[in-house]
Amino acid sequence: MINVTEMLYKTALRFPDNKAFKDPDKSISFKELYDIAKRTAFVFLEGSVCESLKQGSPVAFYMEKSVDAVCVMFGAVFAGGFYSFIDVRQPVKRALDVLDILRPSVIVTDSENTEAAHELISGYNGSAALINIEDLLNRAYNADYRDDIIKKAESGYYDLMPLYVNFTSGSTGKPKGVAVSHRSVIDFIEVFTKTFGIDENDILANQAPFDFDVSVKDIYSALYTGAQVLLIPRDYFSNPSVLMDYLTDNKVTSLTWAVSALCFVSIMNGLEYKAPLTVKRVMFSGEVMPVKQLNKWKRYLPDATYVNLYGPTEITCNCSYHILDREYERDGDIPAGIPFENEKVFLLDENDTEVTGSGKEGEICVSGTCVALGYYRDEERTAAVFTQNPLNKCYAERIYRTGDIGKYDENGLLLYVSRKDFQIKHMGQRIELGEIEASVASIDGVSRACCIYEEKKKRIVLFYTGDADKDEVRDGLAKRLPQFMMPGKTIHLEEFPLNKNGKIDRNVLIDTI
Amino acid sequence: MDKLLDILCDIRDDVDFDTCDDLIDGKILTSFDIIQILAALDDEYDIAIPATEIIPENFNSAQAIYDLVQRLKG
Repeated sequence: MINVTEMLYKTALRFPDNKAFKDPDKSISFKELYDIAKRTAFVFLEGSVCESLKQGSPVAFYMEKSVDAVCVMFGAVFAGGFYSFIDVRQPVKRALDVLDILRPSVIVTDSENTEAAHELISGYNGSAALINIEDLLNRAYNADYRDDIIKKAESGYYDLMPLYVNFTSGSTGKPKGVAVSHRSVIDFIEVFTKTFGIDENDILANQAPFDFDVSVKDIYSALYTGAQVLLIPRDYFSNPSVLMDYLTDNKVTSLTWAVSALCFVSIMNGLEYKAPLTVKRVMFSGEVMPVKQLNKWKRYLPDATYVNLYGPTEITCNCSYHILDREYERDGDIPAGIPFENEKVFLLDENDTEVTGSGKEGEICVSGTCVALGYYRDEERTAAVFTQNPLNKCYAERIYRTGDIGKYDENGLLLYVSRKDFQIKHMGQRIELGEIEASVASIDGVSRACCIYEEKKKRIVLFYTGDADKDEVRDGLAKRLPQFMMPGKTIHLEEFPLNKNGKIDRNVLIDTI
Repeated sequence: MDKLLDILCDIRDDVDFDTCDDLIDGKILTSFDIIQILAALDDEYDIAIPATEIIPENFNSAQAIYDLVQRLKG
């Protein structure tokens, strides 16, 4: 298999009428999805609504996920392109940074986001056609479809073409776009579905937005096996009774969610209100799972299988997993586990020597088909972390250095320990504190800035020096950063405490909170 | 009410809880903020808020949250 559209083709033959994707408004079968995606590809290629889509080029989405969005995503993929979702909740300035990296010729939006999309495009210094998704799909349904156009695109497919680009925080202040190929996803999903026994009877409750690669596991598990994906709108996570009704009414069987989302449900007493008893699999990733919340889930769903999944976007979803088989007392005790089949996970110390045996710490490194293509249009930052395996002097072996520090326990299971830099996980999002600091420093009247993550209260604390008052800093930041990156507390300092090397002494700052 | 405002400001010091009345509908508070508020209310007033009460109407303003707390305490 060289392209994910082959998964869709095969599944549409096996289970043509199975529901593939469903949201609160509509649903679509595999056969219908296959047909409309091809028709949409035709519209992308024939060049009437936009410049004919070139192989390996992006289609940007400026909207929330939906069944319609899925149809157009696969339209882009059939046409030989790739898709990238731009978070609509981030300020225009940051979304423009994303556009400048992606430089799409097409941006797809929906009625709800049209106005904001126009504002975005007016600030964009490239040229992109803005297309309303309903218009696009109508056009696709009514198009004078020609299969030879699609066949021609298909003849150019190769499996190292990008399938999607997901943007994540970058420490210099500019986001990074992680580009992942068809090959990586095809390889991972086959292993993932086999490892956990996902099949056509599953109903996968999709929590993650499409700009997060947690959603890749839902989308492609369904495409590969014939399972159904139930898309959960973002708002439902602020309204637990609506969410739990939706999950139970739709008889979902499997949750592959961010840790923070599972915690939303248990802390908001959603399980007490209505537990989704049809769920047989609860899989989580993104952060350390708090044992207290895990135990709440286990109390209400005692027979479900619980799985801790580990790995960053750069290695295609996850590189290791651990099926929980005992009780845990402390939050950090749940192992990252063992590597997925066909992935190599190992530890390197600061001298690039492999760390083996239990207890010793090293940077978690990953090798294999899962390693992403790199950061889109960013050779420099790609080269810094996607490197030759220093242990291999014989042939080219590309690895990804995660920046996560890990160690092995006495059973040889991998444990996540900490970060080696200033990346944090907050509200399920990966944030470089450096990006916030760079944004603060760009505000008039600020001379220097430093951010600390206060683990206990789970909030970002900003310290800064300069003449700007707190309101000016906050207003300036709101124009540059998405809400989840906004500091929960802002502290003005006359000057920063420095350590003996002349750097900001973070330990002193932590003590002042 | 002043104590509640202190609690809320400690969670999000960039929001004007005195006047804002569309905290949820205006997408000002995230679900993460709500979690923080629930935890703080539990700490401060020893109340567990059932899922059915976690709806926009009860969290759109400091006054609404205050009323909710009074109702659950009573």
